[in-house]
Amino acid sequence: MDWLALAFMQRALLAALITGVTAPAIGTYLVQRRLSLLGDGLGHLAVAGVGLAILTGTAPLPLAIVICVLGSIGIELMRESGRASGDVGLAILFYGGLSGGLLLAGLAGQGAGTLSAYLFGSLLTVATGDLWAIAGLGLVVLVVAVGLMPQLFTVSADEAFARSIGLPVRLLNILVVSLAAVTVTVSMRTVGLLLVSALMVVPVATANQVMIGFRRGLFASMGLGAIAAVTGTVGSFYLNTAPGSLIVVIAIVLFVLSWPLARAVQRRNRPIIEVTDDLPPVSHDLTEPHPHVHNEQCGHQPVQHAGHVDYIHDGHRHAAHGDHYDEH
Amino acid sequence: MLVTSDRPPVIAADSVDVVLHGVPIIRGASLTVQPGELVAIMGNNGSGKTTLLRALLGLVPHRGSIELFGTPLNTFQDWRSIGYVPQRSSINVQQATVREVVASGRLGRRRPFVPETHADRTAINAGLEEVGLIDRAKNPFVRLSGGQQQRVLIARAIATGADLMLWDEPLAGVDQATQQLLAKVAGNLKAAGRTTVMVLHELGAFRALIDRSIVLVDGRVMPPGYRHHEHDHDHSDHDHDDHDHRAAHGGHEVDELPRPHLHRTGLEA
Repeated sequence: MDWLALAFMQRALLAALITGVTAPAIGTYLVQRRLSLLGDGLGHLAVAGVGLAILTGTAPLPLAIVICVLGSIGIELMRESGRASGDVGLAILFYGGLSGGLLLAGLAGQGAGTLSAYLFGSLLTVATGDLWAIAGLGLVVLVVAVGLMPQLFTVSADEAFARSIGLPVRLLNILVVSLAAVTVTVSMRTVGLLLVSALMVVPVATANQVMIGFRRGLFASMGLGAIAAVTGTVGSFYLNTAPGSLIVVIAIVLFVLSWPLARAVQRRNRPIIEVTDDLPPVSHDLTEPHPHVHNEQCGHQPVQHAGHVDYIHDGHRHAAHGDHYDEH
Repeated sequence: MLVTSDRPPVIAADSVDVVLHGVPIIRGASLTVQPGELVAIMGNNGSGKTTLLRALLGLVPHRGSIELFGTPLNTFQDWRSIGYVPQRSSINVQQATVREVVASGRLGRRRPFVPETHADRTAINAGLEEVGLIDRAKNPFVRLSGGQQQRVLIARAIATGADLMLWDEPLAGVDQATQQLLAKVAGNLKAAGRTTVMVLHELGAFRALIDRSIVLVDGRVMPPGYRHHEHDHDHSDHDHDDHDHRAAHGGHEVDELPRPHLHRTGLEA
């Protein structure tokens, strides 16, 4: 544990923790709106800001944030007006950002090597000033993502309804994408611009598998993101790799590990089919002697039937009646 | 039910045109809905009934005049008076619970960053109780049957506490039992003095409740009495409790409309 005494590791770990919590928090809304890849595009766009900062000799974080936020607002307004429907415009914007960033860095006499610290993260690049900026911006993202959860959920789930109750839909949509842009940029020191989108999507997908409820999914994804970011950062110190790659690999491993758990959750929440013939059963056909007791766990599909529960067993319905089952 | 003249109409639309992607969908539609009425907007696929409902909410751009509760739509602010039920397919929730969906109905009345109040919780539970889904509150919305999902969306509209209900195709793809349940819910809202406008493909279980139907053909509102052979359509002197009488006369038999023009099918969604 001697790495804990290293100042750069302390800063890197704090930055990773903040990223790990904020990226899935805002990513939850992107996934809900089926904009899972937006974070990836915004990461490409931020590269242009980094390139510009290298060329002009200024700090990369503020410039990257400005360019990324402006780009995200432009994308949202294009989406709202229906002009980005073919998503070719988005692709041009994103690849323009990546190539522009590389070009600007090249013009400054810096190659892709300098940029790779921003593309895949680096333990050594989190300066003390950066950490304050990361913490401040991360707090803003968290306050909005958690505090405005009901509003943001409603806008992402059902925009027409959100308008009909008078929510400021455009403002909330712009808020989500611009905070996503901030999150992406803030994460460039830890997971890096090319991999941050994974941290916005994968923990959300994992949480959606095992959690029921939007609120619980949101908090679970933040926890999963924090676990992946912190363990990935520590691991990359020992393996001497870029932290971004290990963070994302761990996030994906958590996703795969959640499959068996997810199957259990889904079994518990099978759809409840309502049988609506409304007629009480006229016959009283007894089943043959029954090998087990039907219940929530028996594996047979429960159905609602005229005020009681039947279980579908080999194509017919069994209803409990005293010590035996009736055929319904 | 006599219409009192001291209250403005809940909806007053005059010469409304809606053009979407260069195609005229609504042409010169005028309609008035009085407080407490239960009105059906009917018509074939592509006749523009969903678009008309969305225009009344300001969800699609329109020309002409629309007033809600006596206020022009572009200055209308009292959105908590509106209980909108969109078509089920427009909803995109992945893992949200039934309660979370219904709770969003309260957001017109809640301030940002302020937790649910006791009144919010009461309204949410009342909405769920009304549609018979209180025991499904913690279930994931997407795992419910189509009819149950429809009931959740109606519970959400009820939770708003709105005076004007706007329901888009509430009977689409729901079974007979659910139709009966929704008719009971609509009847309760009517008895409580709420106004309801619903887009319907057929009257179904709502037949006995509907005060009158507005029929759209090709984006135009048909004159009152269109296909209403046996019925005087002046609703001001209707005896709305006389359901049997109307049913005996075939009621509002617009279910049997011919389907001459299907060339705009799909533009409504």
